[in-house]
Amino acid sequence: MENPWVYLGLFLIVGLIIPIAAIVMAAILGPKKPNPIKLSTYECGMETVGDNWVQFKSQYYVFALAFLIFDVETVFLFPWALSLNAMPLFVTVEGIIFILILLAGLSYIWQKGMLDWV
Amino acid sequence: MEFLTDPIKVIYDWLMSVLSGWGWADWVSALVINLLAIVVFILIVMVLDIILVWVERKVVARFQDRLGPNRVGPFGLFQPFPDIIKLILKEDITPEGADRVPFNLAPILSLASVLFLWAVVPLSSRIYGVDLNVALLYLVAAGSIGTLSIILAGWSSNNKYALMGAYRMVSNMISYEIPMVIALLIPTVIVGSMSLKAITEAQFTNGGVWFVLISPLGALIFLIAAIAELGRSPFDLHEGESEIVSGYHIEYSGMKFGLFYAGELLHAFTFGGFIAVLFFGGWHGPWAEQYPLLGVFYFVIKAMIGYWVIMWVKYTVPRIRIDHMLAFNWKFLTPLAFVLLMVTALTHRILLDAPTWLYVAGMFLSNVVLVWLTVELMRAQARRKRQSLPVIAAVEH
Repeated sequence: MENPWVYLGLFLIVGLIIPIAAIVMAAILGPKKPNPIKLSTYECGMETVGDNWVQFKSQYYVFALAFLIFDVETVFLFPWALSLNAMPLFVTVEGIIFILILLAGLSYIWQKGMLDWV
Repeated sequence: MEFLTDPIKVIYDWLMSVLSGWGWADWVSALVINLLAIVVFILIVMVLDIILVWVERKVVARFQDRLGPNRVGPFGLFQPFPDIIKLILKEDITPEGADRVPFNLAPILSLASVLFLWAVVPLSSRIYGVDLNVALLYLVAAGSIGTLSIILAGWSSNNKYALMGAYRMVSNMISYEIPMVIALLIPTVIVGSMSLKAITEAQFTNGGVWFVLISPLGALIFLIAAIAELGRSPFDLHEGESEIVSGYHIEYSGMKFGLFYAGELLHAFTFGGFIAVLFFGGWHGPWAEQYPLLGVFYFVIKAMIGYWVIMWVKYTVPRIRIDHMLAFNWKFLTPLAFVLLMVTALTHRILLDAPTWLYVAGMFLSNVVLVWLTVELMRAQARRKRQSLPVIAAVEH
């Protein structure tokens, strides 16, 4: 295949179809005898109380924000890592300064106690 | 024998001649042959997955001083097949109040995200899906679909435990994705390419060595981040049987649960394969360049060893607390990975024109020095903490 992305597109389609086929086959072959007890939400034998979509700890939100920042920054690092050989030493040092600024951000949220799970 | 030296090309040319004999246009036959190849490839991976169920059960049995499956077939080798038939024939239960579309989509995406990864794995010198020049970014992107499937499963199940398990798993996966991406940057720095084929070949052509010798610390960080990314013990807080019963797949039964299970096992094996490709020379071995099928054999052996190490950790180390897990990532692994990246980049750039032995020795020494500094820093911190503790009077008698 000339174009790798055509192959990849075909691969993604087939990779989706095979799990779908497994589920469809199970749905056709399996028995279907629902009753209210069987369909009830599992909660260790207790009846569910209140809303099932419970509130979550705000700490998860802080970690998600920190992840977002670092993940976007790492995308900038890939082109830098690819061009190390072709560029002068100064470019490497510039990349290192960029990473140091990132680490300064990390130490800031560390000092602010955002990384503590309380 | 041309078949032994380039099996894919022989089969491709033969099918091409057959199809053009039927009067098909060239691009149509190329498309059909590629589609056929992809279906066969994915089915082989699925069969491998079925064998992995047996391997996992046998190995966990040996770790726990049991025999494991040994009744169906030699060494219980046919045990997974009745299991799969049972899973297919079980009733498909969608709990009351579940959001149907995401509920059904989640197991599909969970397995598909792992199957997607196999598109870029170089199995051998001539046997590989596709040689993308951004394979490492593709790897991270396809892995993120797995995270998506978990939050879909937890949210759509309409179950408190499932939702809590999903929150834990997603916070775990996104946190450890950062050291993993940094660890992926290290082979990129060394090779100057993001293609997995180029990374494999750089480990034995032009006097190259396996990258585990150039960056042992990078390999270790990648292994830890991979185990966390898989959600395997000691990082399996999303399961937590004693607190949240089973985590995000609690409401799933039958084949849908089977897809989650198959996806988890295959994911572990795939990461074993990636450790082999990135740090242990991939399909490299004696005579692997002439005979590509031998390369596939070496690759599977290396991936199996990586998978075995992941299982070894899983069945040896107990589960850790969630605050310890996140603190370990954000306060230790992420800064260490960034420092390692800086040191690797600087050493690489300085030693770029040096002879190979000096380059390898310099990189290895920079890693050793970094490990030594880290250990000393942590010891000093622990000593400071000990001394600040109040002295217990009874000790002085």
